[in-house]
Amino acid sequence: MKQLTVPFDKEVLSGLVAGENVEITGVLYTARDAAHARLCMALDAGEELSVDLLGQTIFYAGPTPTPPGRASGAIGPTTSMRMDAYTPTLLRYGVNAMIGKGERSAAVMEAIAECGAVYFAAIGGCAAYMASCIEKCEVVAYDDLGTESIKRLEVKNLPLTVAVDSRGNDAYEQGVHAYLRQSR
Amino acid sequence: MNTVREIHADEITQAVADLCIKACTLLPDAVYGMLCKACECEPYMSAKETLKLIRRNADIAKEQHMPICQDTGMAVVYAEVGQDVHIVGGLLEKAIHAGVAKGYTDGYLRKSVVSDPIRRENTGDNTPAVIHIKLVAGDKLHMTVAPKGFGSENMSRLAMLTPSQGIDGVKAFVVETAKLAGANPCPPIMLGVGIGGTFERVAELAKEALIEIRTQPHPDPYYDALEKELTAAINELGIGPQGFGGQTTALSVRIKAFPTHIAGLPVAVNVGCHVTRHADVTL
Repeated sequence: MKQLTVPFDKEVLSGLVAGENVEITGVLYTARDAAHARLCMALDAGEELSVDLLGQTIFYAGPTPTPPGRASGAIGPTTSMRMDAYTPTLLRYGVNAMIGKGERSAAVMEAIAECGAVYFAAIGGCAAYMASCIEKCEVVAYDDLGTESIKRLEVKNLPLTVAVDSRGNDAYEQGVHAYLRQSR
Repeated sequence: MNTVREIHADEITQAVADLCIKACTLLPDAVYGMLCKACECEPYMSAKETLKLIRRNADIAKEQHMPICQDTGMAVVYAEVGQDVHIVGGLLEKAIHAGVAKGYTDGYLRKSVVSDPIRRENTGDNTPAVIHIKLVAGDKLHMTVAPKGFGSENMSRLAMLTPSQGIDGVKAFVVETAKLAGANPCPPIMLGVGIGGTFERVAELAKEALIEIRTQPHPDPYYDALEKELTAAINELGIGPQGFGGQTTALSVRIKAFPTHIAGLPVAVNVGCHVTRHADVTL
């Protein structure tokens, strides 16, 4: 399996193919619905973002509180489609990659191909396992949002699937077709 | 005359707190069994690997007392109150809400509830719970806590079909719901289907059908056959675990039917993920 370092080089992203499994190590930023709304409001108003997300990767995740003696609480992807309204704005601003689960809108697929970004999927509902891939978790913005605050994560060997590659190929569509071809 | 049995509100609060933590960290045996069976039967290799990881996650959650999923849900609480029970020291609903607040705080569970659906401010302790109270015979209090994650809840649907649409209309609506949900609700999914009643009752039936996680065949052979047919039809969609293709899209479909009006055929589908969970206790 490919081992990748995050934040990603654009060249590395352009070499990934939809459906490929990878493990990533490095730094991610969490953001869900409420944080996306605030980020896009700031960009629309021409303001600086509270966190510099240029070239960074956003993980659509709201972990459980960190229990004593652990680096992070349980963590995993939330449904990406709820971020679709905000994603083209953030990709055009300069976010490189996203991690979530589920299919994206046509507008997001276009923006991914236009910007050479990549959308990764993490397995949903494997949050106890994924917590073991988190080495550090700290709030860096919007603390008032609780679990929806932006957190900086240091991750090690986090397993992901390339869901939409930088050319806009969709592993969801391809995977279902491949299975149905094989089973018939 | 029956004697009245007293149950203190504090006891209820503590029981609910314990149930919240238990439900979020311990996958019901029935669901775990379905996952194991799916791991064995799944013919598509990448799908099989995903199912194995999902099963391993449930093992880790149990061993390390960690939540199975980070979405520890909105707490849905069913309280069956024996009519010979007298609750002392406070109100039942208040005791349940307090238990949810305590469980989600003490158990390091995620607080995912906002106080108003439009203005959206987090309440900070995962309250309020959604509470269903039923008066039953006896002098016991039976409570079930079923934390509901919204990745799957958002994919649920309700339709007021007409009698002429009949069984074919119901089947089409259920399968269409699974298809529209796609990868979003973290398949493999579990479906609770309500048929009949009224607008609000059919949604409750669907939730009850999902949450009770029945492992026995439906007592009515007609609905037993329908559950099996719908499960097979959904698994032919090829969505597979996490939506990347495979045989295992639905672990189970469970139906609850109720009498309805001559003019109506309400149907509701409550979508659950592979972390469909609950815990219950009798006081």
